[in-house]
Amino acid sequence: MYNFNYHRPLSVDEAVALAGGAPEGRLLAGGQTLIPTLKQRLANPTDLIDLGEIAELKQLSTEADGGTLVVGAMCSHASVAASDMVRAAIPALAHLADGIGDAQVRNLGTIGGSIANNDPAADYPAALVGLGASVRSNHREIAAEEFFTGMFETALEPAEVISSVAFPVPSKAGYAKFANPASRYAIVGVFVSQGGDGVRVAVTGAGPSVFRVPAMEQALASNFSADALEGIAVDAGALNADLHASAEYRAHLVGVMAKRAVAAAG
Amino acid sequence: MPTVSMTVNGSHVTKEVEGRTLLVDFLRQQLSLTGTHVGCDTSQCGACVVHLNGKSVKSCTLLACQAEGAEVTTIEGLASDGELHPMQAAFKEHHALQCGFCTPGMIMSAVDLLQNNASPSETEIREWLEGNFCRCTGYHNIVKAVQAASQGS
Repeated sequence: MYNFNYHRPLSVDEAVALAGGAPEGRLLAGGQTLIPTLKQRLANPTDLIDLGEIAELKQLSTEADGGTLVVGAMCSHASVAASDMVRAAIPALAHLADGIGDAQVRNLGTIGGSIANNDPAADYPAALVGLGASVRSNHREIAAEEFFTGMFETALEPAEVISSVAFPVPSKAGYAKFANPASRYAIVGVFVSQGGDGVRVAVTGAGPSVFRVPAMEQALASNFSADALEGIAVDAGALNADLHASAEYRAHLVGVMAKRAVAAAG
Repeated sequence: MPTVSMTVNGSHVTKEVEGRTLLVDFLRQQLSLTGTHVGCDTSQCGACVVHLNGKSVKSCTLLACQAEGAEVTTIEGLASDGELHPMQAAFKEHHALQCGFCTPGMIMSAVDLLQNNASPSETEIREWLEGNFCRCTGYHNIVKAVQAASQGS
């Protein structure tokens, strides 16, 4: 690992100032991707700004009479999975968090770090888009679909710090993934929800970045059951292919995981 | 160089470290606590698992500076008054080790499991230990030992 200047700010404002003032500053959340990246010398920041001591980023709360669940950016996957508030409001979100990586990764990895990295196989992007969530930063609010802009790319500006994610609480939701057996990353993961804004189907792992499947959403809007998805094909043309799965196999898995997610939603 | 302070196995320590110093290197090289192992060094194998404020983490994927002010427990900190921790005793009783390299991480991970779930099923034990590899493939006795520890036998 190349060396860097380490900072441990106590507030978001201080973190923003440090990130903005450094020649090449990087924000450190849970570090479960960034630290391995640094160890491989794939990144060489001059300054590392650790968000771990900022209490305001670790809060879980509800707003709008329980209609919105707000998860602080530095909430660990384990804390989301174990939270009674999350389990009551959006059990599918707790289930998703409980399936990320392994127990030790879940104890350190955070929702903010996951979405800022936007790994094409990460779980959280499916939940954000599948629930119509919005990302709140130190100076604005960004709809999930505008936040995830491409493979490992987001709408975040330099020195912008994610403060929380606001999830509208759906009437029902489910998440199913076909996990890589070693890493537990999603080879394909599908999040479905039914709520005030209708039905959403969001897919992670299959393409360069999370995407929705309008044909499935329309079918589920009139009949929210796994049977309604029968025969809806996903075009393999734009999907990922690697040693784990071909694009055609991933296209097939989108259908299978979508049915399982609908079944899990009940 | 930054100075880092933390409590390791009940003792307060303050040392100078580089920003890039990993917690596992800090423990092994600066504190000579070599019970915590480096296996894969890529967050996969779990040989380096320690407790950070009571929760199991992979110390090869955490900077020493991130543990500022924290309570860290390593395998050396489990036994008390010359008595093995019940999980250590169960590993010994059930021969839950072959070469022993993964054992410190397995035990630290298993102790955290029982803190979260006092009577896990065999499936829950196997799922929890996903982040710990035994390359001797000695998993059966490891699972038996965790079950025994959970039953207090």
